[in-house]
Amino acid sequence: MGVLWFWLVGCMIVAYVVLDGFDLGTGILHLYVARNEGERRMVVQSIGPVWDGNEVWLLAGGGTLYFAFPWLYASAFSGFYLPLMMVLWLLMVRGITLELRNHIELGVWRALLDGLFGLSSTLLTIFLGAALANVIRGVPLQADGYFFLPLWTNWQPGMHPGVLDWYTVLGGLLACAALAMHGALWLSVKTTGAVESRAIRSVPVLWGAVVALTLLSVPATMMVQPATLVNYNRFPITYIIPFGVALCLGGALIFHRKGRVLKAFGCSSGYLALMLVGACWGLFPTLLPATTGADRSIRLEDAISSPYTLHVGLLWWIFGIGLAALYFSISYWMFRGKVRSDSMHG
Amino acid sequence: MNAEVMHRIQFAFTVTFHYLFPQLTMGLALLIVVMKTVALRTGDEHWNQAARFWARIFGINFVFGVVTGIPMEFEFGTNWAQFSRMTGGVIGQPLAMEGTFSFFLESAFLGLFLYGEKRLSRVWHWLSAVLVFLGSWLSGYFIIVTDAWMQHPVAYQINARGQFEITSFVGLLTNPWAILQYMHNMCGAVITGAFVMAATGALYLLEDRWHRFARIYLRVGVIAGVLASIAIIFPTGDLHGKYLARHQPASIAAMEGLFHSEKGAGLVLMGQPDENTGQIDNPIVVNSVLSFLIYGTTKAEVTGLDAFPRDQWPTTLPLLFYAYHIMAGLGTYFAAVMMVAAFLLWRDKLWTSRWMLWALLLSFPLPYIANTAGWMTAEIGRQPWLVYGLMRTGLGFSATVSASNTLFTLLGFMGMYALLAILFVVLIYREISMGPTPVSSTQNALAH
Ligand code: HDD
Ligand code: HEM
Ligand code: HEM
Repeated sequence: MGVLWFWLVGCMIVAYVVLDGFDLGTGILHLYVARNEGERRMVVQSIGPVWDGNEVWLLAGGGTLYFAFPWLYASAFSGFYLPLMMVLWLLMVRGITLELRNHIELGVWRALLDGLFGLSSTLLTIFLGAALANVIRGVPLQADGYFFLPLWTNWQPGMHPGVLDWYTVLGGLLACAALAMHGALWLSVKTTGAVESRAIRSVPVLWGAVVALTLLSVPATMMVQPATLVNYNRFPITYIIPFGVALCLGGALIFHRKGRVLKAFGCSSGYLALMLVGACWGLFPTLLPATTGADRSIRLEDAISSPYTLHVGLLWWIFGIGLAALYFSISYWMFRGKVRSDSMHG
Repeated sequence: MNAEVMHRIQFAFTVTFHYLFPQLTMGLALLIVVMKTVALRTGDEHWNQAARFWARIFGINFVFGVVTGIPMEFEFGTNWAQFSRMTGGVIGQPLAMEGTFSFFLESAFLGLFLYGEKRLSRVWHWLSAVLVFLGSWLSGYFIIVTDAWMQHPVAYQINARGQFEITSFVGLLTNPWAILQYMHNMCGAVITGAFVMAATGALYLLEDRWHRFARIYLRVGVIAGVLASIAIIFPTGDLHGKYLARHQPASIAAMEGLFHSEKGAGLVLMGQPDENTGQIDNPIVVNSVLSFLIYGTTKAEVTGLDAFPRDQWPTTLPLLFYAYHIMAGLGTYFAAVMMVAAFLLWRDKLWTSRWMLWALLLSFPLPYIANTAGWMTAEIGRQPWLVYGLMRTGLGFSATVSASNTLFTLLGFMGMYALLAILFVVLIYREISMGPTPVSSTQNALAH
């Protein structure tokens, strides 16, 4: 049961990254791909109806983590106190600037909103990547199962690291590049004209960055957290995951070249999903490794809720996520195809 | 300042600010459904147009609700880690369900409702309004189940690790406290929506603009307002109070300022409680009414604070007393204003009674105050418990997060929320002064 919930929460994180990923990526590229008011509006419209729903995966995932693994939720959220608060502020800035540009006419203010939207989207992807890297690297858990991380110490992953060190910054940059590419592909699917062609042109550059950073991150991860290989070596068949990652990356570029944008977008989704699955598999069954000694790591069986909770949870979860999938299908279906300028809003 | 106090202040500040938005969301969601339904049934395009104006306001308000709500979800873990670890198996459940069942529903269909009118048929557009309404009201229910369990824990046991876990899922979701609290709270949300709508209608009539729409807003606002203002006192407020008296006697004694147990206790309408002398200064009291309100007879004995050890008195007692009296006082006022307005509406005199229009216009901030005061009553009344009778507030916060870190983030939130508040007021002011302009949507798009 615990194992099942581990993967269910994992799936929700994947869903969050793949879905909110493209609107974050769109935010990163916003200022570059759209140069005038009409183009900006097109970009915003390509994500306007869906971004909030995408973000709900973060909330639903957080809530699910809370009830399935209360200890992990408590320890991680209080330990990452400062960076999480900054993530919250960035999420606020982003939500507000994105929605409100429709309600403000004055050009200066719009320019400010657009700038803040781009900045907060970029910083968010870096924070999210760094957060994941923190979980892989581990945190200085104390004997009582709690910890508190300063934002940075000496920039080295060690016994007492900070939130930011060279490894987590690398993770942040990788996330930023990968989501920017994801966003560029989304824009190639959804937009037309100059925006579309700029988005298309940016893909190969971003692709190069993603490949380089992915290649860097593999040896770095093995160095910082050698335990990630244990599961892979025990079940060599799972090396299929990194293989899949490579395949998806390659596919993204090939389909992009051929102009099959939707397929390229699918490949980049696959890339993101497999990267995350690969990381989860590397950690399993540890949930949060300790830099202060492996016996302090938070493990699945320590943190899991009671069986009854998980059983009823499963019933409504399946039902609820099924419904959510239905809403998402309806909503994406209604807004399928290129952005049209007839949408009525604001 | 110690860390516990800082965590409490930050949580209270952020949740109070958050709830300013959902109350309007939930209230308007219902009223928009009403307008869309009339439009659908009568085919009168004015009602659609009227609804479209409120959809814009709803959209703005919703965004603020979302961005201020996200921190709430995180703060259980960041600021109340020990509490989360102990209770996650219980209240993590409704919180996660809120995300899966209501936020998905609400956000997906709000996208359709706001952006999709051109793409959807009339019935589908109506349906998406209904689903948004359903999502927001469901989300209110789940959050209140969460809160109600903290107020009145049911269906739980304590496991070997000392954590709470549920014994009955149905029991958790049908906590009688939650049902009472929900009914009362939703009336409060409808009151906010109704007053805001009626005030807007009154404004337009006083300004001599948009008569047609102004009348729609006044009609919907006043009818919904009168129903909700009555229902919030009787039966929901009344029942809630009675239940409270049985299950949190110390809390109701403090709310009513009853320091000593009394037979035939009087109801204190006004005064200033003094914790040290155990008296109410400058009291205005109606004899025996409190006993009657709680037990239905003027003779019954009501337990006073003296029956409880001092360390179980709600902390910040005077604030609790005032919050409760503000809520109940405003509740009486709402019922009175709305009944008069409804009478005028029925006699078709509302449109020309300028004094009534002024009264409605000026009243729109009051439901916000009443709702906030109501939550302060509930939450301060629960003190010193985090989970009533089971877990003290002082044991729940994140011990690893220092007071200075919390102050840092609290200041951050204050700055952020000050900006948000200004922005919100400016945006809403703009929408209201632009009014329900009957432009076609292509013109509308050009205006951007
Ligand atoms: C417009 C808002 C509004 C108005 C006019 C009233 N209330 Fe209220 N009240 C609320 C909005 C509210 C609330 C915000 O919805 C609360 C806070 C928690 C909750 O569930 O509802 C609440 C809580 C609340 C509680 C529970 C406190 C606790 O749990 O400790 C009681 C006993 C009452 N109310 C009683 C009343 C009475 C007798 C009213 C009659 C005049 C009244 N309320 C008017
Ligand atoms: C929207 C309405 C709400 C308002 C205005 C509100 C207000 C407050 C206030 C004023 C306090 C501080 C009490 C004190 O420290 O003396 C508080 C504390 C708290 N409330 Fe609420 N609350 C609301 C809803 C909720 C809900 C729905 C929950 C649970 C899901 C909740 C959980 C808490 C917790 C955990 C604390 C901190 C611990 C404590 O001081 O008791 N609140 N809230
Ligand atoms: C501790 C308490 C609370 C938490 C953790 C919380 C959490 C949240 C979150 C995360 C959102 C954004 C949802 C989205 O992205 O769509 C939200 C919005 C909302 N909340 Fe809260 N909330 C709290 C208190 C309350 C209370 C007391 C109510 C009402 C009774 C409420 C009702 C709503 C509603 C109706 C929405 C959607 C509408 C809107 O955003 O304006 N919340 N809340």
